[in-house]
Amino acid sequence: MTDVIVPQVSGGEYAHAHEEHGPSGLIKWITTTDHKVIGLSYMVTSIVLFYIAGLLALGIRVQLTTPHGTFISFQQYNELFTMHGSLMLYLFAGPFAFGGLANYVVPLQVGAPDMAFPRLNALSYWLYLGGSIMMLLGFVVAGGAANFGWVAYAPLSTATYTPGAGQDLWIMSLVLTGFSAIFTGVNLVATIFYLRAPGMTMFRMPIFTWNMLVTGILILIAFPVLTAALIMLFADRHFGTQIYAVTGCHAVTGAPDPHACGSAVLWQNLFWFFGHPEVYILALPYFGIVTEILPVFSRKPVFGYKGMVFATMSIAALSTGVWAHHMFTTGTVLLPFFSLMSLLIAVPTGIKFFNWVGTMWGGQLVYTTPMLMSIGFLFAFLMGGVTGVMLAAPPIDFFVHTTYFVVAHFHQVLFGSAVFAGFAGFYYWYPKMFGRMLNDRLGKLHFWLLFVGFWVTFMPQYIVGLRGMPRRVASYPTTLGWQSWNIASTIGAFTIAVSFLVMLVNVWVSWRYPIPAGDNPWDAHTLEWFTTSPPPHHNYSHLPTIRSERPTWDYNHPDAPNIRHGRGQGGPGHPNGHGPFGGGNGAGPPHAGDGAAGAAQEVPAT
Amino acid sequence: MTAPHPRGGRSRPRWLAVVVAAGGGLLLAGCQLPTFGAYKAVTAQGQDSLKLWQGFFIAGAAVFVVVFALITWAVFRYRRRSDAIPRQTQYHTLLEIFYTTVPVVFVLILFGFTFVTENNVDALPAPSLSVAVTGFQWGWQFQYTTKHVTVIGVELQDPVMVLPQNETVRISLRSHDVIHGFYVPAFDFSRYAQPGITNKFTVDLHTLGTYRGQCTQYCGLFHSLMRFRVEVVTPAQFAAWVSKHKSSGPQTSISTAGKGALSNSTSYTTLTAATGGTGS
Repeated sequence: MTDVIVPQVSGGEYAHAHEEHGPSGLIKWITTTDHKVIGLSYMVTSIVLFYIAGLLALGIRVQLTTPHGTFISFQQYNELFTMHGSLMLYLFAGPFAFGGLANYVVPLQVGAPDMAFPRLNALSYWLYLGGSIMMLLGFVVAGGAANFGWVAYAPLSTATYTPGAGQDLWIMSLVLTGFSAIFTGVNLVATIFYLRAPGMTMFRMPIFTWNMLVTGILILIAFPVLTAALIMLFADRHFGTQIYAVTGCHAVTGAPDPHACGSAVLWQNLFWFFGHPEVYILALPYFGIVTEILPVFSRKPVFGYKGMVFATMSIAALSTGVWAHHMFTTGTVLLPFFSLMSLLIAVPTGIKFFNWVGTMWGGQLVYTTPMLMSIGFLFAFLMGGVTGVMLAAPPIDFFVHTTYFVVAHFHQVLFGSAVFAGFAGFYYWYPKMFGRMLNDRLGKLHFWLLFVGFWVTFMPQYIVGLRGMPRRVASYPTTLGWQSWNIASTIGAFTIAVSFLVMLVNVWVSWRYPIPAGDNPWDAHTLEWFTTSPPPHHNYSHLPTIRSERPTWDYNHPDAPNIRHGRGQGGPGHPNGHGPFGGGNGAGPPHAGDGAAGAAQEVPAT
Repeated sequence: MTAPHPRGGRSRPRWLAVVVAAGGGLLLAGCQLPTFGAYKAVTAQGQDSLKLWQGFFIAGAAVFVVVFALITWAVFRYRRRSDAIPRQTQYHTLLEIFYTTVPVVFVLILFGFTFVTENNVDALPAPSLSVAVTGFQWGWQFQYTTKHVTVIGVELQDPVMVLPQNETVRISLRSHDVIHGFYVPAFDFSRYAQPGITNKFTVDLHTLGTYRGQCTQYCGLFHSLMRFRVEVVTPAQFAAWVSKHKSSGPQTSISTAGKGALSNSTSYTTLTAATGGTGS
């Protein structure tokens, strides 16, 4: 257990638990507007959905173990992959990040007592919970759950080809959770712009908060488009509109009636105009988590802080102009433009990679579970990123589009983000949320099973994809040599499943045999580690002086070396004050010239 | 990525030239390289795509190795050895500029090759044979309009598209219902068949043989079984095939095959040839 850092006493002696009044128990949970309770509710709900979606994935893998699998029927298989993708993407990866972790952490990181609109925040959660249950109810209605894939391509998703209540529940579920996401986006942006503590300038915000700001803006750009597209789809299915539907129109009959014809490509344009920013809505929060964890366990500031911020903004800007790279084979998009835009996203992503490596470079790396998970993310995202660049070239995309190559690619980026980085964040902030540690040995067992399982699951899928295996097939020919790769993939998937059982055990152990965490068990840098674990109602009774993006570190290490520039940055302090005393000018310890004894700055009690 | 640090104006263009020459050389040498998992394409267009794939694979592998090595080195080299607080380095402007500009140059080179290849692959020269392909749930129809032959298949009975070797064949794609994906792995190519939109592409086939094809865009219940085959034969064999099927069998239109086919698919013939104009 040499990796455990001795817990530090920081702001704990100032922050005393706020005596709460009002209801308790279930009524309290239902009526709460506390961002921490809502954040935890989001996390618990989304992790439950993650486990359900994981079970669905195991069903898919079992079916594909044999070429003519009889584990489930074609119909059930189609429901399974649709619901697996929908639960993972819409109901786990996004809400876990922006509804769960961000909801909990962002107000703490900026020194705010709560989100800007606490009641809207509560509404977000209830819409999300209702929407999630609605989607799952598809499994119990006649005709089964939605089965048109998580992308719901029209005209397959119109009433002619996929009638049934399961699909309608799916559509309305996404309308509800879409509004939930929009409200959370509004809340995040407003909180970050207006509720920062004194001294917390924009360029002193932790990178996680920066990324959540950009994610919030992307949500506001992308989700309304999805919601509108879904409502039009619903109208096509039930109110006789012909927005996407082509039934009976000249497109299929040849009859000369061009006015009654929907557009099959319109759905794809609208969906992917949501869908590609969505990919970054799912990735940026996780980039942020890793950027919090790597510096803490390297005991260094994040390398290239401002480059990191601008890289995040460029990714967001570019992500609104790349949607049609999902449509290269439709023959209806301008290939060079979307190809170039997609390739260019590799540049800011590359900057992030080099900054992550630079953060570790020359550090004192401590391999706790969150750190291992973050490094696992780096390897996973590297592989997924490299194959992503290949897919940005239309001629290559032509022959791997909708094959298992693409399946492997997006699982490596999304699994790399939402699972490795997501659970890195889970292990990292768990002590703050519950005041108790998770077992580090079980955590490492979780990591290694996950890491091995991840590569065993997805690397074979690149190979079968290149050998021509399409995605979303429940059955495949025996003669093509695909079976052994699929068996390997299934073994990997079950290894991942075992790793998540270990995580459950870990949580149970921490509950049964609690190890107190203290306020700042990791010697972390950012503001949330200054308050108690768990934080009191309205978060802070005192705040430290904020003069850098590492207020808690400054407070705990008054004698630590100053922020430095490497070669190439001479001269006096950096104009924007990223370090307590500017760049490399040998100033005194952080509290020497502060005046206020104890360096704790009073804020009005809330 | 292993290029020397661009210190002055003099070394940069030379370094650029090396990369361009190396990339170009790789593409020229494409035929001798392994396929890196992809199919050895049987069409001229597919071979262009394959060369691009080979170039991207090598470039991607190089980037992967460099970044992998950097991460691995940091992970092992900087493992905690003491409680001392390390140097708090946060910025290194020259290095940051370096690793911003190098990827930009890299990406632009990749884009150049992509642009050229994609224009070759998507070119539409005057064809010597046209085949109209219609996808439907869950099968394919191949119409040789000028030859008055139509081939229709449904699931479990894969239709065969017979094509002549060394001819410029234009394939136009449509769908009768939902979106389908026309994918022949050996062509290193796929394209959607969509209702209301006609997609056209060209294949110059130079290798005799029978190749597997499959619908790649998920299209409903029996998507998994929506397969077909492409048989490349000599022009003489092709002419014989046309004259054989031109004169036999009733005309089969897609509307009778599409919806009702599922219920009586076992009685459905694999290959139906039709005489005369087949409508639509």
